[in-house]
Amino acid sequence: MIRKIVLPGTEVGDAKSKLPGKGVFKEGDKIYASRLGILSEKGKYINVIPLSGVYDPNVGDNVIGVIQEVFKNAWIVDINAPYPAFLNLENVPWRVDYGETSKYLKVGDVIIATIAAIDEAKNIDISMKCKACRKIEDGIIIEIQPSKVPRVIGKSGSMLATLKKYTQCWIFVGQNGRIWIKGEDEKVNLLIKAIRKIEKEAHTFGLTQRIIKMLGG
Amino acid sequence: MLIKDGIRMDGRKPDELRPIKIEAGVLYRADGSCYLEWGGNKIMAAVYGPREALPRHIQDPTKAIVNARYNMASFSVEERKRPGPDRRSTEISKVTSEALESVIFTELFPRTTIDVCIEVLDAEAGTRCAGITAAAVALADAGIPMRDLPVACAAGKIDGTIVLDLSSEEDKEGEADLPVAIAPRNEEILLLQMDGHLTYKEFEEALELAIKGCKEVVKLQRKALLNKYKTFEVE
Repeated sequence: MIRKIVLPGTEVGDAKSKLPGKGVFKEGDKIYASRLGILSEKGKYINVIPLSGVYDPNVGDNVIGVIQEVFKNAWIVDINAPYPAFLNLENVPWRVDYGETSKYLKVGDVIIATIAAIDEAKNIDISMKCKACRKIEDGIIIEIQPSKVPRVIGKSGSMLATLKKYTQCWIFVGQNGRIWIKGEDEKVNLLIKAIRKIEKEAHTFGLTQRIIKMLGG
Repeated sequence: MLIKDGIRMDGRKPDELRPIKIEAGVLYRADGSCYLEWGGNKIMAAVYGPREALPRHIQDPTKAIVNARYNMASFSVEERKRPGPDRRSTEISKVTSEALESVIFTELFPRTTIDVCIEVLDAEAGTRCAGITAAAVALADAGIPMRDLPVACAAGKIDGTIVLDLSSEEDKEGEADLPVAIAPRNEEILLLQMDGHLTYKEFEEALELAIKGCKEVVKLQRKALLNKYKTFEVE
């Protein structure tokens, strides 16, 4: 299988037999790619998987956010998207009284949260009521391009499992391109190098094998 | 004497472009970037966003704002240019923004801006065309959804002959300059300006030539983008 890279405006299919999915648009009876990415066909749908671009939030994504602002009844959180996210005091796992928000999360604190709702004006509500959600107190956070996140996780988590197995680090990958790493200093350095390599070579074949080799497997 | 026996001062034929070199993804901190050399022009384009538009009153709740900024470095021309925006660069910023906005799916990103910075490091006629061409590559590199990859090229008239892609002397001494930006798929015109005088017939001829030039340039743009993502050799 050869993965075809398409550019904006490239014709990718006929609208009579196929349906436009993500990253494509229909004009007349032809389907064209709207962004730079890899062409993929799933059933009747033609999609373009982006190779670059900012994080596009979806409901249910687990993200790593940084508290930007504290209000009496809510926090504003930077989730690396084009829009700030709101965390209401009702959506946290603690009982917070009105006006006491800053006792729990301050500006600069880092949290894992899940995206609860997005409306058509792109107002984003996030929640901390999920299994993985918590306030991050230790370890380090690195940022990668959000479009490379699926590659760091791998097919059904294979790449993530490889990274965990060879470095014995705690890794949490947020869908927004932020990664939380915790472990021994040496191993963490090696892991960061490996993640940077994945980010750089995300569109190539046989990457898992090269990563195993790099991590000394 | 700008053209003699169908050969121009720099040895080009009337319908020949200057040499072009394009490289995508050159800046680490930008979401998308491009470095372009077009004859004596050296241009760096960077794209940031879509990102939150601030201050909030400039936000458009229905679509993204496309904000291109064309800037000439003080050392880009022979005589030192006073740095900062002036009448000319403000105009070019505006027409570039509008040309790029018409191909971007702005309605997908309400309340945001897409910032495009075009820095002219070295100038030699046709910087606005080179700027749009570089900005288009940077936008595609930034993963911004677009209807097409915009491209620009100029045509003009020197010594009564319609020629493609004017050089510095030809621009100064020639009779007319016609920069054109198009969406190459359906030849939709995104920018059309004219400096000098052309008859209606000459104008049509020049426009056709400029579109032909654009289609040559778009091949180089596509090659530059694909080059960035070509499969690595496995060590």
